Amino acid sequence: MSQHQPFPVFSRLLHWLMAILILAMLFIGIGMVASVTDYHWLVSIHKPLGILILVLAVIRLINRLINPPPALPAEMPAWQRWVAHASHILLYVLMIVLPLIGWAMLSAAGNPVVLYGALHLPAILPHDAMLYALLRQTHTVLALLLFALILAHFAAALLHALIFRDGVFQSMTTGQRR
Amino acid sequence: MPPDKSSPYDLAVLRQGKMLRRLVGIGIIIGASALCFAAVAGWLSPDKVTPASFVNGFQQANGIHPGFRRNHAKGVCIAGSFASNGQGVRLSKSVIFQPGTTPVTGRFALAGGMPMMADGPKAVRSMALSFRPANGEEWRTGMNDIPVFPFPTPTDFYEQMQAAMPDPATGKPDPAKLKAFVDNHPKTAQALKAIGAKPFSSGFADASYNSLDAFRFVNEAGTVTPVRWTMAAVDPFVAQNPEQSAAGDKNYLFDGLAARLKQGPVQWHLIVTIGQADDPTNDATVIWPDDREKVDVGTLTIDHIASEADGNCRDINFDPLVLPNGIEASDDPLLSARSAVYSRSFTRRAGEDKTPSAVQIDNAAKEP
Repeated sequence: MSQHQPFPVFSRLLHWLMAILILAMLFIGIGMVASVTDYHWLVSIHKPLGILILVLAVIRLINRLINPPPALPAEMPAWQRWVAHASHILLYVLMIVLPLIGWAMLSAAGNPVVLYGALHLPAILPHDAMLYALLRQTHTVLALLLFALILAHFAAALLHALIFRDGVFQSMTTGQRR
Repeated sequence: MPPDKSSPYDLAVLRQGKMLRRLVGIGIIIGASALCFAAVAGWLSPDKVTPASFVNGFQQANGIHPGFRRNHAKGVCIAGSFASNGQGVRLSKSVIFQPGTTPVTGRFALAGGMPMMADGPKAVRSMALSFRPANGEEWRTGMNDIPVFPFPTPTDFYEQMQAAMPDPATGKPDPAKLKAFVDNHPKTAQALKAIGAKPFSSGFADASYNSLDAFRFVNEAGTVTPVRWTMAAVDPFVAQNPEQSAAGDKNYLFDGLAARLKQGPVQWHLIVTIGQADDPTNDATVIWPDDREKVDVGTLTIDHIASEADGNCRDINFDPLVLPNGIEASDDPLLSARSAVYSRSFTRRAGEDKTPSAVQIDNAAKEP
């Protein structure tokens, strides 16, 4: 049961870097929409950080194809393996889709997508207020779903570390088999 | 496949007290994380003043008018161009201040959350503009024809809004509450005096519009200059005739603008006022001294007018913090608040069904 292989070092680095960025992003996002005087500087971070996460998520997806993750322990019940796989697919989908919806909704709002100074992105959708409203709502709902999914992911990681003690947690941390 | 006794996934391990305690520990960690998130989201502090509180306040005061802005609700779309004379280059590196012409779309409106309100002598007029240089950047600015803003902070604005809420008994604001607010807010009292001392013009075309908030211009060398700006009317100022409002035309200001535009384009000079070290950039209630250097950086020409419609100025959020490289926000707390509240108002109205605006311009040939 402690035969579990660790993730490649680059995969682990990407995982923990993105964990920090995505958590920061979710807290900034939910905080800024409730902020009056802090709104502007939080939005100014939210936009470029979202695009950075999008770029990293694509790199991570490519890295996953080149360096596949280790298989889950064979003793793990089938339903748990299924939940693990499905939740990881959903995590990847949200990491990529959430920034894209943010970019798309600003485009539909007719707002420039300013990253920093003169650096800005082109619109990816036509100016359409109704479409903006729909995407804006979707952005919030999916962000809440991502946060819930991250909590579940965190809970599962702790279960592996403290209760199952099957090496799955360590495969993403120290890389030690136990 | 039933788990055998050696499987780490057998939930029977939870019969051990140690494992059960660990499970509870995991639950506490996850619960605490969720609680942190809820706290940042403001879900644990329902009394917190958020951008939504402001928008709700406008709705409470004015009623809900689906599809319309929650403030500056009555308006009309305009378009034209800005011809820069190059005098602004020493202050800001924005391409808009390079010698040349930038297309502009915009909106004239009346302050207030009633989209069908009658034009009147006490209505504050606003000019909102979106400069669209060829490089894909954008500069949006919302200006008013008053010399100062009545509130130094968003909190003051919110408190006044609450004090001005119509009394359910009379349907009108309680004058005692309004007076109490002004008595307790000397900056507001002073600003209202300045606003009252300046006569309104007879129309939109001969009015001058002020940024009110301060901004920072940054030039190519990185030098930061605190500024405010004014769109100063080229049309000679004619003081408003108080009889005008009684004439029976609910849209006399907007109709006057349309009539004026039929005679030809209307122009304004963009005058940038340069603040000195002592001039407050974080207090829009205070006028900067008259002797501050003023730079005429170019001419705005408006030659198109159209009713609000799909995809035109109606669907633009004139967020004053949509800025090009070379213009930055100052430390004025109103700026972030405006950005946040406009965004919330825009999100609400964007998703609502639209009905025709009060101001209907009859000039199919003049669509911007």
